[in-house]
Amino acid sequence: MADGSRSNGSTRRDLPLVADRMVGLDRQIASGHPAVAAGWDMPVDLDKDPAVIPQLADVEVPEDLKREIEWRMSLYPDPRSAVLPALKAAQRVHGWLSTDAMRQVAAVMKVTPAYLSSIASFYDMLHEDPVGRHYVYVCTSVSCHLVNAKAVYDAIAAAAKKARLEGWDIREFECLGACDMQPMASIDGRYVGPLDPSDAPELVAAIKEGRTPLPGRGLEDEDYMPAGAGDPPPHEETQ
Amino acid sequence: MTAATELRLLKDIDEPGLDTIEVYERRGGYSALRTALTELDPDEVLEQIQAGDVRGRGGAGFAMGKKASFIPKGDMDKYLVCNADESEPGAFKDRVLMQKNPHLLIEGCIIAARAIEANHGFIYIRGEYELQADVVERAVRAAYERGYLGADILDSGFDFELVVHRGAGAYICGEEMALLDSLDGKRGNPRLKPPFPANAGLYQGPTLLNNVETLCNVPIIIELGPEEYVKVGSEQSKGTKVVSVSGNVQRPGNYEVPLGVTCREIIYGLAGGPPEGREVKCFFPGGSSAPVLTGDEGLDLTYDFETMAQAGSMLGSGSVIVVDDSQPLVPLALRLADFYRHESCGKCVPCREGTNWTVKMLERVESGEATPMDFELLAQVQSNILGNCLCVLGDSMAMPIGSMLEKFRAEFEQHAEEARARNEAAVVEQAAPELAAAPLTGPA
Repeated sequence: MADGSRSNGSTRRDLPLVADRMVGLDRQIASGHPAVAAGWDMPVDLDKDPAVIPQLADVEVPEDLKREIEWRMSLYPDPRSAVLPALKAAQRVHGWLSTDAMRQVAAVMKVTPAYLSSIASFYDMLHEDPVGRHYVYVCTSVSCHLVNAKAVYDAIAAAAKKARLEGWDIREFECLGACDMQPMASIDGRYVGPLDPSDAPELVAAIKEGRTPLPGRGLEDEDYMPAGAGDPPPHEETQ
Repeated sequence: MTAATELRLLKDIDEPGLDTIEVYERRGGYSALRTALTELDPDEVLEQIQAGDVRGRGGAGFAMGKKASFIPKGDMDKYLVCNADESEPGAFKDRVLMQKNPHLLIEGCIIAARAIEANHGFIYIRGEYELQADVVERAVRAAYERGYLGADILDSGFDFELVVHRGAGAYICGEEMALLDSLDGKRGNPRLKPPFPANAGLYQGPTLLNNVETLCNVPIIIELGPEEYVKVGSEQSKGTKVVSVSGNVQRPGNYEVPLGVTCREIIYGLAGGPPEGREVKCFFPGGSSAPVLTGDEGLDLTYDFETMAQAGSMLGSGSVIVVDDSQPLVPLALRLADFYRHESCGKCVPCREGTNWTVKMLERVESGEATPMDFELLAQVQSNILGNCLCVLGDSMAMPIGSMLEKFRAEFEQHAEEARARNEAAVVEQAAPELAAAPLTGPA
């Protein structure tokens, strides 16, 4: 198309159009399976206002949250490094990273909400959609998989459903770094294990009643006994 | 050689209250720091670390002293970063070190920072380790109060600020470049190397980045002296290693061994071996990223960096995951591939697409839809990922899956064939129950 004429009958002759080279693109779009994102051949709209950083004066930020974010920012040579702790703090206050939460963090950190969104969408522990305020992460990664962790997860999920547990985010999680307690789960950061599917009803009942689930079997519990501890390994005996 | 060697990293690990500064000091803590700051100048500290010849305990096994010596001299802003983003399936040694003995890590950070003359340090802890991050944060505060951190430490004129930074659940942030980006306040995407962190790391300044266990070895080198330190270990792998054993063993846990013991000693001697009546089918010597070794070929090898590399695997982070002979490998491979699919950051095509397609193909093997061609394709995809990405996340899937496929090809094929036969029988059963009851006999 050296003369610049368009084979697809586009009327937007003033726009740079390179789709001529992509045979059948229109058909693909017509079939409901776009090959590329919409608007990809549109030029940048230079008249559009750039994304703005919300002004602190326009946004109401809880005083504690503002203070925490500012303190975190002061710890780093570049305040932007505090973006993860800041988003986590906002998530603790709001339960999830709602538009309001993002605007508050953006106003304090002096960045755009879009930038925060790019961060929040990357990390597993930041939620852009509402989730339960509390969590049970059941590890089903390699080591736990080998000792039947899937059955533990299924049992906990079923028990939670049966007990109509609300406000809890129960999901399978990647390795939580506690394979010595395999299979295990993290309940709001408290590691419990080793678990058996038969522990599920008690675990869920304790959560529901606000008790500490499975006392004595959490990692930080004083009387916690790791697996096989009754039979100490040889190198500890020889000390 | 027996495993009953002196413990170094886990020496006082069961001492109650070791995470408090009082108990740690009573146990001789922070005396190495005193030596390093008051008796030695930075170059001498660096020399001692180099002479101790400790190899990185995070996975790559690169000599820490050498890495530290790459940091340029001069008074620019330099940084020390401790990689505590331990997310590799099967690894849990750093968790124990941080939870039980946080001051050892802090002391190691200060001494390492002194060696490279860095004034800012960060400990990047994975977000899931909430308890451990709390413990380390408390320990850092205590160290500030005692004057081990902050300005003019022990009147030596050396300033060092240490910040505990919590991640938010991304395996990729354990990769050094991704970790630095994440700490910079960006998405944790690996960058092209070079420039290496030693030249342009955090905030584009020279950065020394080491694993928790590596840094925990630093005070021990200073304390014992490098000559004493290198007496333990094998020819090229010095010192002790905390090995995390998990999977189908009777006593999963962390065991500190001198590098160079046999794998049999670790798996059977320390961890009690697989459950009664079971044999070791295969094991991952260095976390889920390491190519598997079968029980026959691997158990009698010595556990050190070179031997594992020669056997076609790696020591990695020192996490042994044992698989016994009752375990079907296809679901395991699928679970493993699914982990890497989930954690791939999506920056490099071979990893992003390769992990996705590997999961899809393994699902076909699992469900019995796989054709013989799929096995070829599966192997081919793995070899196309290897070495073609900015970081080794894709390789970390390609290596174990490739090795399983190579060593247990027959089992994969049998699994697919059995599932296919089951599906076929189910279809016949549903469509024509009378045929299922009396199967057709073919022509003779």
